[in-house]
Amino acid sequence: MAETSFDIIIIGSGPGGYVTAIRAAQLGFSTAIIERDYLGGICLNWGCIPTKALLRSAEIYHYLQHPKDYGLSAEKVTYDPTAVVKRSRAVSKRLNDGVGFLMRKNKVTVIWGEATIDAPGKVTVKAVTTQAPKGALAAGSYQAKHIIIATGARPRVLPGLEPDKKLIWTYFEAMAPERMPKSLLVVGSGAIGIEFASFYRTFGAEVTVVEILPQILPAEDAEISAFARKQFEKQGIKILTAAKVTKLDKAADSVTATIDDGKGGTQTLTVERVISAVGVVGNTENLGLEKLGVKTERGAISIDPLNRTNVTGIYAIGDVAGPPLLAHKAEHEGVICVEAIKGLKPHPMDKRLIPGCTYCSPQIASVGLTEQAAKANKLDIRVGRFPFVGNGKAIALGEDQGLVKVIFDRKTGALLGAHMVGAEVTELIQGYVVAMNLETTEEELIHTVFPHPTLSEMMKEAVLDAYGRVLNI
Amino acid sequence: MPVNILMPALSPTMEKGNLAKWLKKEGDKVKPGDVIAEIETDKATMEYEAVDEGTLAKIVVPEGTPDVPVKTLIAVLAEEGEDVKAAAATAGKGAPTPSKPPPAAPKPADAAPPRPAAGADASARAATAPSAAPKPGEPSRAAPAPMQAAAPKRGNGEGAGIAPTNRVFSSPLARRLAKEAGIDLARIQGSGPHGRVIARDVESAKSGRGLTAPSPASAAAPAVQVPSDEKILALFEPGSYEAVPHDNVRKVIARRLLEAKLTIPHFYLTLDCNIGKLLAAREEINAAAPKDKDGKTAYKISVNDFVIKALALALQRVPNANVTWTEGAMLRHKHSDIGVAVSIPGGLITPVVRHAEQKSLSVISNEMKDFAARARARKLAPQEYQGGTSAVSNLGMYGIKEFYAIINPPHASILSVGAADERAVVRNGKIEAAHMMTVGLATDHRAVDGALGAVLLNAFKALIENPVMMVV
Repeated sequence: MAETSFDIIIIGSGPGGYVTAIRAAQLGFSTAIIERDYLGGICLNWGCIPTKALLRSAEIYHYLQHPKDYGLSAEKVTYDPTAVVKRSRAVSKRLNDGVGFLMRKNKVTVIWGEATIDAPGKVTVKAVTTQAPKGALAAGSYQAKHIIIATGARPRVLPGLEPDKKLIWTYFEAMAPERMPKSLLVVGSGAIGIEFASFYRTFGAEVTVVEILPQILPAEDAEISAFARKQFEKQGIKILTAAKVTKLDKAADSVTATIDDGKGGTQTLTVERVISAVGVVGNTENLGLEKLGVKTERGAISIDPLNRTNVTGIYAIGDVAGPPLLAHKAEHEGVICVEAIKGLKPHPMDKRLIPGCTYCSPQIASVGLTEQAAKANKLDIRVGRFPFVGNGKAIALGEDQGLVKVIFDRKTGALLGAHMVGAEVTELIQGYVVAMNLETTEEELIHTVFPHPTLSEMMKEAVLDAYGRVLNI
Repeated sequence: MPVNILMPALSPTMEKGNLAKWLKKEGDKVKPGDVIAEIETDKATMEYEAVDEGTLAKIVVPEGTPDVPVKTLIAVLAEEGEDVKAAAATAGKGAPTPSKPPPAAPKPADAAPPRPAAGADASARAATAPSAAPKPGEPSRAAPAPMQAAAPKRGNGEGAGIAPTNRVFSSPLARRLAKEAGIDLARIQGSGPHGRVIARDVESAKSGRGLTAPSPASAAAPAVQVPSDEKILALFEPGSYEAVPHDNVRKVIARRLLEAKLTIPHFYLTLDCNIGKLLAAREEINAAAPKDKDGKTAYKISVNDFVIKALALALQRVPNANVTWTEGAMLRHKHSDIGVAVSIPGGLITPVVRHAEQKSLSVISNEMKDFAARARARKLAPQEYQGGTSAVSNLGMYGIKEFYAIINPPHASILSVGAADERAVVRNGKIEAAHMMTVGLATDHRAVDGALGAVLLNAFKALIENPVMMVV
């Protein structure tokens, strides 16, 4: 007879859920995790990871189209969309298996099915049709002192833009196209929209991005966003901001969109496919939350700084617990949540210090306050900038288009924000994140020796620039 | 599980101590009650007894290490049946962070058999007298061993290991903000990882939240800028002096007296006392002392014993002067606990005669003899020299006519006793010879005003000039 009673049950095995399960097991809790679709959730299977695999194919294809830039030659470079997608799926499969391994290694019980919380401490799991991994427990009744909801989010659906899986895609379909569409409309210019725009443009599609707000990548610093926009437009992506798709008329193998340009005019655009990337909403339904009286607000479960809901014994982490909707935020919340249950007094997360990364070309990465937000908060700031053209490594890489920007509090020297656009910046941002977590000031950053020749030197140069001491420009 | 042996807090105010000597070697078997090490504090050398049974697996802090913060991991004990090597390997893991030792009053969990005086004193204690010069390595087998268990506190992997100093961990931004706000970092309660002071803590400290009382060191610091060592050294020709490093006792004396003199508004009064009757009484009392079979007398009362008794009774007669100033309230003491300054090589210490108003002269006298002998041997326990309500300092034996000692917190006064000698006094228009003794009283003006101090000193004079009144 399999165990049905645990210290902790986690609902959802995305990056938040499975990391939470591992940490809970490390802390000595008997732990179970419930999943209905894929171990690893959207992130590993239909999100972060497979898109990175696709974008890697696009990146290499891009280089192969410009071999002469590097003194090379390559002829008749082509691509096989099926093989590109196949590689991406294989990457996901490998990590999906990896999560299964990690669960076994940490003696976390996997329960397969769809969970409903009947009462604090009690979960009913209904059978589902998806394939359960080996060793998973079947549907049934389970008990746990602590129940952590980590059910994630799904694409938001706007009226008139309802995805149909055929002509109007969400990221699910966009990630596994049967063929590359010749033309594409991307609605929404957040990370998901921009990454797909970048991917499909590299493979030759005519791509148009429509954003309702005045700038693309609305969460980013305006200067960085404008810089990226220029790069995208250079690549041939058409961008309409402060514009709105009001209507989609579907034909047999095309869609005609009516776009309100925000200045009183409308235009129509016919494309083969549409990607709706207008955000995601938390998966709060069918969990029994209403009956339990668990408070939600704007589609997210309300939590305190230690991820407790208003009902004792029920917790929420990740996308379902509100923004920012990022895997690394979910993971960290989960760790805090179980450490607090253990009584370890973890420090609540400081949401200002969560970095964000977008893997388009050029890449975008940021942490902390934008210049606009700092000014809106009436902070007295110093801004430092350093362009990629001043960096030896960037020029050697053939990646001289980019910008590093830092924002300091003028009085205290506190690093308030850092924003980057350009090659490999997603791998660089952690340096500033560590600095901000340790509450360094400009003094320590200026005192730090950065290795030469690296792109990271620009991070120091930007700091120097904020203090009128920039060297290489 | 191996047991972590931590630096004990041997007194409520102890923050760090010197690890004078290890009496057990790595690999030695240890039984509860075995003395494993000697710990030197400001005042004395204490024996550190084992609480658990096992084998001393690893000595983390070598002997002769000065200034080891309380609760620092000093050794690891392997319990019975445990692998000594494996236990030794755990050293440094899971030790509680020693960066900010709590102002440790002995906790119930600690195995110290609480001494009667210790608990009562702990609450009122602010600072204590400067004292004994402990010599590294000097054994102290006769010493009382106020013991504390090396509480086997095991971390959960969150431990910070060993920090060699009392450094205040803080973020760069917190340091800058604190500097700008003029707040001493050491006073800020850190809320970051391992108690690190972060920017948020400084922001709350600005509004007074999470701010601890100034430490003695920092309280002494603000008003006066002490000239730097370099400036002082520049005044002397190199080679014309020998620089003798300060020992702990010297450092404590310097810090405490500077603090006392800077923070207590001293007020001074002087009075001459005719002690003719006292000397006669003393002679009679001592002559009448019973002798044991070896011909040794049961007591030999000194003039100073009379002074202690007289001050104790005077404080009872003027209860408003038997007080301690605190920011919150005036502590009015019920008993007269009289500290008596005892000079010892390299410094001085002030053992306290408790409830002196209730003790007979012979009891006081014998208690002082015991205190003085043990003070010179640096064997006083902290609770024997901490606290008190007033004090006596006597330099009469050096022929000093009058002086004013520095008040020893938490006291509100100190009586400075000069030499008793024959002086010409004018009485009824005639010059007479009389045995006179000049006493100076320093009072903490916050607690004892001038007139009140005068009343106290007159009460003392009435008693010391007519010692028979002490038996009333």
